Amino acid sequence: MTAGKTRRAGAQVAERIAFALIWTSALATLAVLAFIVLYILDLGLPHVSWRFLTSAPEEMGREGGILPTIIGTIVLTLGAVAIAAPLGIGAAVFLTEYTWESPVTRAIRFGAEALAGVPSIIFGLFGFIFFVTYLKMGWSILSGSLTLAIMILPTIIRTAEEAIRTVPNPYRDVSFGLGATRWQMVTSVVLPNALPGIITGIILAIGRSVGETAAVIFTAGTALNMPTSLVSPLRTMAVHFYILAIEGISLEKAYATGAILIITTLTVNVLANWLIVRAVRRHRRKS
Amino acid sequence: MTTAPISAPAMERANGNTKLEVCDFSAFYGNEEVLRGINLPVPRNEILAVFGPAGGGKTTLLRSMNRLVDNTRGAHHRGRILLDGKDVFAPDVDVVNLRRRVGMIFALPVPLPMNVYDNIAYGPRMSGGRDRKSLDEAVERSLQRAAMWEEMKDRLEESALHLSGGQQQRLSIARVLAMEPEVILLDEPTAALAPVSTMKIEQMLTDLKRQCTIVIVPHSIQQAARLADHAAFILMGELVEYRPGNELFTAPSDRRTEEYITGRFG
Repeated sequence: MTAGKTRRAGAQVAERIAFALIWTSALATLAVLAFIVLYILDLGLPHVSWRFLTSAPEEMGREGGILPTIIGTIVLTLGAVAIAAPLGIGAAVFLTEYTWESPVTRAIRFGAEALAGVPSIIFGLFGFIFFVTYLKMGWSILSGSLTLAIMILPTIIRTAEEAIRTVPNPYRDVSFGLGATRWQMVTSVVLPNALPGIITGIILAIGRSVGETAAVIFTAGTALNMPTSLVSPLRTMAVHFYILAIEGISLEKAYATGAILIITTLTVNVLANWLIVRAVRRHRRKS
Repeated sequence: MTTAPISAPAMERANGNTKLEVCDFSAFYGNEEVLRGINLPVPRNEILAVFGPAGGGKTTLLRSMNRLVDNTRGAHHRGRILLDGKDVFAPDVDVVNLRRRVGMIFALPVPLPMNVYDNIAYGPRMSGGRDRKSLDEAVERSLQRAAMWEEMKDRLEESALHLSGGQQQRLSIARVLAMEPEVILLDEPTAALAPVSTMKIEQMLTDLKRQCTIVIVPHSIQQAARLADHAAFILMGELVEYRPGNELFTAPSDRRTEEYITGRFG
């Protein structure tokens, strides 16, 4: 009886300690994130102006704005998503709807997982060797987008596959039962219901592309000119930030660019979170 | 024990009365045999009730009739299932077309996450229906045949997920009717429904058999007795008895059938 009580008291103490520790780690994580964001914003935002956002850089970026790097970031990212999204969703549909589990699907999935763990500089090196030099695309939007596409492909495949797996199987039975072909079933029932999850994955991939430097420097170059065609070299905001800071060109401009970059990635992530929450809510209402 | 009724199909086929015929049919999942040598004629414009304890292979039998088993890993079969005399598993059979002719209703109502109209128009659209006017007509006709046009005509734009369970199941039937199927398979369609909804659906099925042939796995023996023109008792993958419903439920010829319908097991 007494022993039991003591044990219970002990368990309660452990519970309190665990509670405190877990709260501390959660707060610490949040604090680090808040510190970094606020620090950069504090240093950068005072130098951000409308003109900064809408004019071209002068003197290597010491003066002027960052318009070409904003455009460069958007174009490169859209290019990467435009290549990776159809491929990734297609692969996910293939893995979930068109084959049984087998050594082949396991190999594909393992490949995607392995690809996800590769450091981005390796993708940069591969892109440089394969796209830039071997295929003679040079430092260009094309090389950069293709490289980023390979880099974000695993994320898109995995999130799309997970989203597709959450679509209830009875929907498939009903669709087939009503005389749908497999493709009709996929497009009319599976993809519309998996869409929020798929979009979330794409947005996470966008976030990764926007913030990438190593893979981009090697494949899209660092040119400060406004890109004019698919084979133009360009510079993204992340690369611009890196070069301004590392070469000591202008810390003020670097932080201003960093502030815009952080605002962009945060917006993208908040958007992704909002979509996840909305998708989960919709799913709950259904069941 | 089953000789007399099993000899009937030959006679019935002769005068064209058999819509669907299961011939020496065995079904497997991997090495597991879930149906063993089933012979079962389904007379045209009748309701056949396939009943028996859970896990006996009734659902597999239904899912074989419209080849939904194709989507189950490791499923294979021996024997034939003839629809109007033609094996549904024959290599030249278009499975999509087969499923348009043989519709299916599941135990849990599954409204697709779209509005009432789109649910019912789903089948016709999948077979290429684009014309709004003919889709409108198909939706109205199907709802009318499912006796729910009056309650649904002002709710066509509403999400089907908001309907009650009974309405959702009748909607599922209307959705199948929109394809003008020749055969309707129902796998315990009233298992999740209240008695009033069950009654409506049973009434609907009795009306529908004028145009269709119906195979139902009933959710109770009482329901089987109420609906069945013919009834088949399936026990652990084997057909024990197949006879006209009024005979089978009043004077079963097999001891196991009798024990089951009097509630001694199952």
